[in-house]
Amino acid sequence: MRLQYPSGIRIICLPCTGKVDLIHLLRSFEKGADGVYVVGCMEGSCQFTTGNLRARKRVEQARTILEAIGVGGDRVQMFNLAASEAPRFVEIAEEMTRKILALGPNPIKKARKKMVA
Amino acid sequence: MIVAKQKPIDEIIEGVKNADKILIAGCNECVTVCESGGKKEVAVLASALRMYFMNHGKEVKIDEITLERQCDHEYLEELRKVIDQYDIVLSLACGVGVQFLAEKYMRTPVLPGVDTCFMGVTEQRGVWTERCQGCGQCILARTGGICPVSRCAKRLFNGPCGGSTRGKCEIDKDLDCAWQLIINRLKELGRMEDYELLIPIKDWSKERAGGPRKIVREDVQ
Amino acid sequence: MTPEIKTPSKLEKLLKAGHLAVTSECGPPRGSDASAIKKKAEMIRNHVDAINITDNQTSVTRLCSLASVIHLKLMGLEPILQMVTRDRNRIALQSDILGAASFDIFNILCLSGDHQIFGDNPKGQNVFDLDSMQLIQTVRYMRDEGKFLGGDPIQRPPQLFVGAAANPFADPFEIRVPRLAKKIAAGVEFIQTQCIFNVEKFKLYMKLAADRGLTEKAFILAGVTPLKSVGMAKYMKNRVPGMDVPDEIVKRMSGVAKEKQAEEGLKICVETIRQLKEVPGVRGFHVMAIEWEEKVPEIVEQSGLYPRPQIG
Repeated sequence: MRLQYPSGIRIICLPCTGKVDLIHLLRSFEKGADGVYVVGCMEGSCQFTTGNLRARKRVEQARTILEAIGVGGDRVQMFNLAASEAPRFVEIAEEMTRKILALGPNPIKKARKKMVA
Repeated sequence: MIVAKQKPIDEIIEGVKNADKILIAGCNECVTVCESGGKKEVAVLASALRMYFMNHGKEVKIDEITLERQCDHEYLEELRKVIDQYDIVLSLACGVGVQFLAEKYMRTPVLPGVDTCFMGVTEQRGVWTERCQGCGQCILARTGGICPVSRCAKRLFNGPCGGSTRGKCEIDKDLDCAWQLIINRLKELGRMEDYELLIPIKDWSKERAGGPRKIVREDVQ
Repeated sequence: MTPEIKTPSKLEKLLKAGHLAVTSECGPPRGSDASAIKKKAEMIRNHVDAINITDNQTSVTRLCSLASVIHLKLMGLEPILQMVTRDRNRIALQSDILGAASFDIFNILCLSGDHQIFGDNPKGQNVFDLDSMQLIQTVRYMRDEGKFLGGDPIQRPPQLFVGAAANPFADPFEIRVPRLAKKIAAGVEFIQTQCIFNVEKFKLYMKLAADRGLTEKAFILAGVTPLKSVGMAKYMKNRVPGMDVPDEIVKRMSGVAKEKQAEEGLKICVETIRQLKEVPGVRGFHVMAIEWEEKVPEIVEQSGLYPRPQIG
């Protein structure tokens, strides 16, 4: 549909969000991502039945850990939409971008800069 | 298997926060199956701790290794060449592994990363329940394969008690009454007469009460 | 059971002489002032043959049964020591049995005990070195063989009439009578049942027990409790495990004005006792008037069980 969405987003394609493991979410933040979001199919429509449900649980786990270590649990989130819903995809991208801009950069990036200095 | 639960991350952080070089050692057996201390859990903990330290302005070397087991000399030997590089080892093995590792490498502090809980089974993914308490004198043949020591909250040998309600234990309505299970099994096996056999007083000296235990098999030494 | 008298227990003598026995129970205080328990016991002195003192019931820490029964003994009463296996190992159990015997306590009720999670120390350890059946075996062994569990002889062995509890209404019903059989095989001599509201079910239980000859082997004392209010009836019906309170009883209680409910509850209790008197195998009654001990004399009198027979 050639809709525009915010440029600060890097998309990683997967056959199913069930393939997202907790470590992938954490490593992203370790490497400096300011926010990570997982976009999966509507619950009940997963081609692999429960892939997106597992993803949701892992996102929740990541939130708990990120909160405990001071990075902030709000930086990771899961969304569900149908493959045909391009406008919704853009909406989510914009919503997430707004949220992360409000939260500010990943505190680890700042800390790293300070250490190197 | 031995079922353990990872310690809350705050507790782990408290233990390692003053270290500069940490080795997180997982175990490929029981704790992998109960998803608390295997390779995956080691990786997640390492990443989380790296971020924690970076956030606090500290660059800490955090290495990951998952040994086949931590309860045999041969596997722990794999650490010998590298252990001196670290201030602290955070072992995600069960209490057995943590202790054996600590015994072997007396100059390196070893911290437990999991709370070891019980010997049990995987009832379904994500649900582990206790089955055995290592009482040292298995009577499962008499109770239709269901253990009154580990599954009865009062470890009664001639149960059930008066608190058994609709097949559930008085302390938790989601907990099966072990003696109800035993009765059901004896019925299935056509052995209800066995229910009336009085099980004699237990010799507890064969379990924890008798002190730390040891088994020696001279024929295999 | 053998007709010959095995102990100086007044309860044993009465039962073996063919009388219907009446026992009741008192709960000790949560402190060291024994006057509360003495007062309760004094209130029912002439209306019961023996008095149970509960042992840290519901795992709530109280003045122990052992000390309480000693107080009662010193008052010239006939106490029944209750002993749970939750809190003591076999050394302490045998030791406390000797403690009771040293004061000439002649009756004991052997129980497992409620789990400590219900009481004021849910984080405590529990013992259960023995279960209630094994405790019955132990007391009989100490009394009849005159030996400790370890095999050594006991200097002045205890002379205890051995009892246990039975609940005809607990789950599953099919093993209630086998369980009674097991306790009798372990050596129990008298039984106090859980309080009865469903007389029909109890009659069935007693018939099954009689069919197996069990009513000839142990003295079964039927438990009764007077209801104070419809609230109590409902609570016992819905919230107490192993309790069977038929709907008719609840209806009867709620059909009466609030001020009259206690009276109705007492009436039901007396009617129940009169019905139970006709049930073959019932050899007495265990009146549990929780926090209402002052009503026990009235219940005993109105049930035609007063005066209590005097045994030499």
